[in-house]
Amino acid sequence: MDTATIRVTRYRPEKDSKPYFQDYKVPYRKDMVVLDALNYIKANIDGSLTYRWSCRMGVCGSCGANVDGTPKLTCASFLHEFKGRTITVEPLPNFPVVKDLVVNMEDFMEKLVKIKPWIIREKETPLEQGEYKQSPEELERYQQFSSCINCMLCYSACPIYGLNEKFLGPAAIALAYRYIEDSRDQGKSLRFPIVHEMEGVWECTLVGECSVVCPKGVDPMLAIQKTKILGATNALRSILMPRGGR
Amino acid sequence: MEHLSHDIVIVGGGAAGLRAAIATVELQPKLDVAVVSKVYPMRSHTVSAEGGMAAVLRDYDSLDSHAYDTIKGSDFLADQDTVEFFVKEAPREAIQLEHWGCPFSRDPDGRISSRAFGGMSVKRTLYATDKIGFHLLHTLFQTTLKYENIHRYDEWFVTSLLLDNGRIDGVTAIEIRTGELVTILAKAVIIATGGCGRIFQFTTNGWIKTGDGMAMAYRAGVPLKDMEMVQYHPTLLPNTGILITEAARGEGGHLLNKDGERFLKRYVPGKMELGPRDILSRAEMTEIKEGRAFEGPYGAYVHLDLTHLGEEVIEEKLPFVKELAERYLGIDPANEPIPVRPGQHYQMGGVHTDVHGFTGMPGLYAAGEVACVSMNGANRLGSNSLTECLVFGAEAGKAAAQYALKENSRSFGNPVQGLAMTEEKRIFDELMKHEQGERISTIRTEMQTSMENHVGIYRDESSLKEGCRIIGHLKERLKNGIVEDKDRVYNTELVSALEMDFMLDIAETIPYSALARQESRGAHSRTDFPKRDDLRFLKHSMAYSSVGPPRIDFSPVTITRWKPEERVY
Repeated sequence: MDTATIRVTRYRPEKDSKPYFQDYKVPYRKDMVVLDALNYIKANIDGSLTYRWSCRMGVCGSCGANVDGTPKLTCASFLHEFKGRTITVEPLPNFPVVKDLVVNMEDFMEKLVKIKPWIIREKETPLEQGEYKQSPEELERYQQFSSCINCMLCYSACPIYGLNEKFLGPAAIALAYRYIEDSRDQGKSLRFPIVHEMEGVWECTLVGECSVVCPKGVDPMLAIQKTKILGATNALRSILMPRGGR
Repeated sequence: MEHLSHDIVIVGGGAAGLRAAIATVELQPKLDVAVVSKVYPMRSHTVSAEGGMAAVLRDYDSLDSHAYDTIKGSDFLADQDTVEFFVKEAPREAIQLEHWGCPFSRDPDGRISSRAFGGMSVKRTLYATDKIGFHLLHTLFQTTLKYENIHRYDEWFVTSLLLDNGRIDGVTAIEIRTGELVTILAKAVIIATGGCGRIFQFTTNGWIKTGDGMAMAYRAGVPLKDMEMVQYHPTLLPNTGILITEAARGEGGHLLNKDGERFLKRYVPGKMELGPRDILSRAEMTEIKEGRAFEGPYGAYVHLDLTHLGEEVIEEKLPFVKELAERYLGIDPANEPIPVRPGQHYQMGGVHTDVHGFTGMPGLYAAGEVACVSMNGANRLGSNSLTECLVFGAEAGKAAAQYALKENSRSFGNPVQGLAMTEEKRIFDELMKHEQGERISTIRTEMQTSMENHVGIYRDESSLKEGCRIIGHLKERLKNGIVEDKDRVYNTELVSALEMDFMLDIAETIPYSALARQESRGAHSRTDFPKRDDLRFLKHSMAYSSVGPPRIDFSPVTITRWKPEERVY
């Protein structure tokens, strides 16, 4: 049987003082993804190997890991995409590790709340009056930014977040921008200060690693760039037109 | 032992659970609500729904038409009063979701776009490209973040319901990150844990769909209704079971056999690819059996052909189908047909409830796929389930809130404390202490294979009896199951063992309920009883937990305006 070696980071805080690698031999098939290999190990070799997963179709966002040094969804990365027959699987960088491949993402969950990711209206329209009209063009303006699955790959790839965890980060900014650009939303003036007062936005040099690793084609770098421009204009307007020019 | 207390505990953070949470605090902002989920809510399996959600929003459509389609789709096993309630509430829930920000696809005039779907007579399935589940879930989740009184317990695994004299007093749950068992007291508990697809081998369902809530309610004494009604979806990728949405057919895709023939003309000539799922899945099985399917490394399959739709339509309306086919099969659906075969997708049956999500046990509610409110009967129509989560999630939330407002806070005394101690002992002193025995994964694989082989699309008495026997045997073997991982912190193997225990209880109700229903109706096809038998079986099966195998009883179906007729498309 054709085999591959999966070299996985092990770290069990109740036993281990620091992480180490453990090698497992798994069958190698052309249609196997990295997650299949992890599942094979857990079911047949070592029940204690710990990682998250669910949908195995690239939409739940659970199964991110650093595979051969690049943040990937393990359910969407085939063994044959990697060069050798030894594939290294490590927890996503820039996060505290809970156990083996499981990282602590509470920091993002807190940041998500900060950007107020819900529709803000000055006045609610009664449901009886039907949906808010939105043209396909208006939808287009924010659609890609609503496709974030919160998989955390962009935070792992982000050099700014790696240095300064106070940085709001690519996914949260992309989501803030998603609401800012939504024609139904009226909360822009609340969100701009949040995005701009957080550390790091201005340090972002638009290297764009976040956009490269995104498995859903979201371009957080573009969102960061646009919020910078929009924010600057907005700030200027509030100085020139303090009574709220729109 | 640590204990926490809330007015309401919602188990599960998918569409039904989150909609329920919002409904409780919208009714009374002071209510203190906990959403307890074994995963971060945005990982919930709602995320994988693709095609759309049904609701009557257009002048060319009517509530009666939606009701009739749903009832006919159910092969007349749906409770018609429930369906009427559902179709009436559906438009409001759809608009509400839109107001909360769901990025629905739009027509040029700015209205929500709708598409054709199986068994629906007109275009009434509202969509967001082919990722409605993802968008609906994230919209709901992000909306819950604005309510300070919705408290989340992310990655907490609920292990049991706490009962005090037939009344619910809360739950026990393991905080996965620490491995501590904690009691969460509540005046009302809403179960919204979704389906149980992982009891089958070949399923669209994610890893987390292990029927936890169904099993807990069942153990607490609530009957599981119509469990024999298991939906097989006709278009799964043959190797992985990944779902290719019905929207692919709604947008004009064809099903072809190996002769390139649109074989559905022999089965559902009036609807063709837009026939209901039960009939289409059986049609594919017949093509396979009669040698008109393709043979592949993962068994026989047919083709879902989208090539005539053109690149533009596929990219605009079915981008996820394209992404999945390209990534997992290396196929561009604009150039090549997609290989598909039928597989488990949805459980019509579930925890018996009324239209308010009430289970009959004081303080206990259920909504979404975990529940059987009896709107889907013997076969659910595609795109009705997300709307079901919203309509009945909201309803259960309101009902639980009204109940909780009248009740006093629960205290951590007996019998609750004793029950919690017993649960602690069961998990950490018994299960975790087994040193020798079988791997949980071995038992799981055998259960999945046996459900597939003996309780699948076609059943008969001998296959079902064999299914009952094997599941019973596996339950015995699970008593000697071992968890190799002895850690407290983030023990996913322990969670799997507890899920396995839930799954076997659920799995057992299916062949037993199927044996009792000696007819063929909707998704339930008995080769030894090939005809529908309204005289004997126009009624719901009810599986009750008992010592030994489940006890099966029946309860009446509510008929209001639509007399049962032959189901021809």
